[in-house]
Amino acid sequence: MDTTVVAELTGNIATVGYGLAAIGPAIGVGIVVGKTIESVARQPELQGRLQTLMFLGIAFTEALAFIGIATYFIFTN
Amino acid sequence: MQENELLNAVLSHLPLASDGGGFHPPSIDEFFPPVLLFEGTPFELNRIMLIRLLVVVVLIVLFYLGTRRMKIVPGRFQSIIEMGLDFVRVNIAEDLLGRKDGTRFLPLLTTIFFLVLAMNITGIIPFLNIAGTSVVGLPVVLAIVAYVAFIYAGLKKHPGTFLKASLFPPGVPWPIYLIVTPIELVSTFILRPVTLALRLLMNMVAGHLLLVLCFSATQFFLFTAGGFWTLFGVGTFAFGFAFTVFEILVAVLQAYVFTLLTTVYIQLALAEEH
Repeated sequence: MDTTVVAELTGNIATVGYGLAAIGPAIGVGIVVGKTIESVARQPELQGRLQTLMFLGIAFTEALAFIGIATYFIFTN
Repeated sequence: MQENELLNAVLSHLPLASDGGGFHPPSIDEFFPPVLLFEGTPFELNRIMLIRLLVVVVLIVLFYLGTRRMKIVPGRFQSIIEMGLDFVRVNIAEDLLGRKDGTRFLPLLTTIFFLVLAMNITGIIPFLNIAGTSVVGLPVVLAIVAYVAFIYAGLKKHPGTFLKASLFPPGVPWPIYLIVTPIELVSTFILRPVTLALRLLMNMVAGHLLLVLCFSATQFFLFTAGGFWTLFGVGTFAFGFAFTVFEILVAVLQAYVFTLLTTVYIQLALAEEH
């Protein structure tokens, strides 16, 4: 008996993979920025220091998302 | 079978499925344009390399003219240059490293900041339209410079104990070293330079692809699809404009983050207690 294709996806599954890989960093960046805003609201005089720390935190968290993009180019060969 | 025919009939009415003059989504080939000069030699120059050389020339001329005749009361041009240099000195170097070490590493940090900023900003300058940092070479060179800088800083300050202190952080019971040491090795000596390069590269690549997608979609909707689809063209153009503004922010932010991370790595290497 022939198998019947009911639905078909064309394209690259890597797009879905990147979507999954971006969830974690997205939540992480959200938490970092949210907590920074909270702290600035508590202690506005520390804003400068906190902003530096926030960008550091974002940079480390975001790295995961960018590794996620890069894996597509690494594993397609 | 019937469903397939139905599907094809529907698809053929969508503009995205048409072939002649159809929509070409951006691909990774964007970043490997054809060679323009010195083809066949190891010094092949393509568009991106020419942009990089142009940026370097512009930077040198800008800072030469800006710092040649410094006045005590700065003029307009000198104030802008001073504002930029002061930002790196006060907000990055001296804030994190302190006055003495900050001054020591200031030339390196200033160079990294302005080079990355200038290379990033070409991504949104009309007619250049691609960031000098959007091909892997330059981010890798900068990451290696940062890597060498923080290892040098650590070895100079704590000769002999730097490697031990960064691989075996003190104050940990010894069985934990079985877990901690491999993690520290990978995160400090492998992931740091890799993520520095990747973060910059991928920000620029993703930004450029988004801009190309928005504007090529606009072009397609307006001139190829026509009719009702023109409305979509207006929308994609608005998105393209918004992303252009966003790219300016990203360019500055990535230059800041790259310099900040280099500084933090140097600071961690210089710290007394690891």
